[in-house]
Amino acid sequence: MENRSFVQRLIARPEFGPLVLLIVELAVFWSINPDFLSPQNISNILAFTVELGLIALAMTLLMTSGEFDLSVGSLFGFSPVLMWTLYNSGVTSLEVGLLIALVGAALIGLVNGWFVTQLKIPSFLVTLGMLLVVRGTALFVTDGFPQRTWSAEGSWLANILVGDFYVGPFRIYASLFWFIGAAIVLGYVLTQSRTGNWIQAAGGNPNAARARGVNVNGVKVGLFVLSAVMASLAGVISSLRTSAANPNSGTGYELEVIAMVVIGGTALTGGRGTIIGTVLGILILRVMRNGIVLIGVPGLAYNIFIGAIILGMMALHSWLERRHQAGT
Amino acid sequence: MAEPLIRMANIRKSYGRVQALVDANFHVNEKEIVGLLGDNGAGKSTLIKVLSGAVPLTSGDIFVRGKKVNFRSTSDAIAEGIETIYQDSALVTQLSIARNLFLGREPIKPPRFLNRMDQEAMNAVARDLLRQVGITKNIPPTTPIGSLSGGERQAVAIARAMHFDSDLIILDEPTNNLGVAETQGVLSFVRSARDSGHSCIFIAHNIHHVFQVVDRIVVMRRGKVVADDIDPKKTTVAEVERVITGMSDKEIRDAIADGRESHG
Repeated sequence: MENRSFVQRLIARPEFGPLVLLIVELAVFWSINPDFLSPQNISNILAFTVELGLIALAMTLLMTSGEFDLSVGSLFGFSPVLMWTLYNSGVTSLEVGLLIALVGAALIGLVNGWFVTQLKIPSFLVTLGMLLVVRGTALFVTDGFPQRTWSAEGSWLANILVGDFYVGPFRIYASLFWFIGAAIVLGYVLTQSRTGNWIQAAGGNPNAARARGVNVNGVKVGLFVLSAVMASLAGVISSLRTSAANPNSGTGYELEVIAMVVIGGTALTGGRGTIIGTVLGILILRVMRNGIVLIGVPGLAYNIFIGAIILGMMALHSWLERRHQAGT
Repeated sequence: MAEPLIRMANIRKSYGRVQALVDANFHVNEKEIVGLLGDNGAGKSTLIKVLSGAVPLTSGDIFVRGKKVNFRSTSDAIAEGIETIYQDSALVTQLSIARNLFLGREPIKPPRFLNRMDQEAMNAVARDLLRQVGITKNIPPTTPIGSLSGGERQAVAIARAMHFDSDLIILDEPTNNLGVAETQGVLSFVRSARDSGHSCIFIAHNIHHVFQVVDRIVVMRRGKVVADDIDPKKTTVAEVERVITGMSDKEIRDAIADGRESHG
């Protein structure tokens, strides 16, 4: 009896659907091409997954508060360009360049938050505008060309962020630990801390939250800053790992990240969010991208599957939500 | 005479060129239930919003126990012991009962820097409060507000005001959309809140509900307080309706007749 109620509770959780989908995905890809679960392929999937994942974790909190950020992809491209440009021109060291890139991203997040909370412009429009401003700046300062980079091996900064080592046959990057750490901290913030209660209230019923003295605007501005800084950090990590800084990199990531978050069960309308769901959503989309290529489906067909997954998961979440509201 | 709990003097509030409140004067004594009545657009909601800190006043003064206060936000008003329960109950439907009760004032488990909510304490208090406001059904405090009925939601909002020991509880249309039994439940709470030392402002469209509980009726019309000392025991519903509309009996009858003619 106890077991059964545990199973029932598990099924009722919003993360259950994404979990099943991920397992099915893994099983299908593995059965068609056993190389899919080879150590090398798993290492490959993980390396890039955590970079997009860092953005998705911050986006989960922002979306729970009822907003979202379309400028993350452009920051992913802009921040490494800024860091390398400063370094190459001899103005700063790499470390200071990184610091300036992160502070710059925080300021951009602050501007996003200010427009949304003070001028009351929907985040869709504000961050779309910011996407163009940031991407445009990245293209303008570089004339559209990739920045010169050096292999960052040996720098302590690169070691901390993307240093790699082998665990058995698996090649692990340090960024994986940053991702796990961020997931634990942000999951804790969302579910255990009082800030998390405010984030959910800000997205669920901002007027009610304000009436209780919750600083809704402060919460939202803080999350815009977090989202921008995480996107910037992810861009720098990716750039250090691949030794490349392309002003165009990160194009389209904003939508992929939002898709990861909603597939995991966070509501686009705010009020409800789950970090565990987002981690599953991240894996679902990255495994799909990798697996499709590995089993021989043309890579150009990728979006068909992603679209179908989003639609299917949205249908499942809305069905669960209605069951939940009905109290069953 | 002793200084009243709340005194609002010459309150003006304009939205652009629209004057919502014109030199409104209003007071609430200690341990008193005041019924605030008026037609749509008479200024009741604006007066309450000013008193709860939700909107700033254009000019005028608010005194709490004789001390002049300046409310820049609802949290300022809450800090002075003024708790408002709005029509939509001011609850977050996605959050649990306990998380709603403590929203903005969540107890923290030590060590404080972890900023961790004490969810066990919150749930225990919530369980207790639900019993106090008369919810006999066994509803776990972790239930989201979204799966509660309208009356149960009111009860949670009321429980919150009780727990935080507000001096003045403002109930804005608390009996709207409630069934007969649930309405009686809310009315009985208003009485017990007064008996335990709270003052209340009770706003309701249904004058009969107001008559059942209040000590004094205040009527607003066109942004002004036009009557502030009506004793419900010494008057009739019809009498009060006349004050609300500002028309004599004959004028009311004529207006109804005119309405009939134009419809016929």
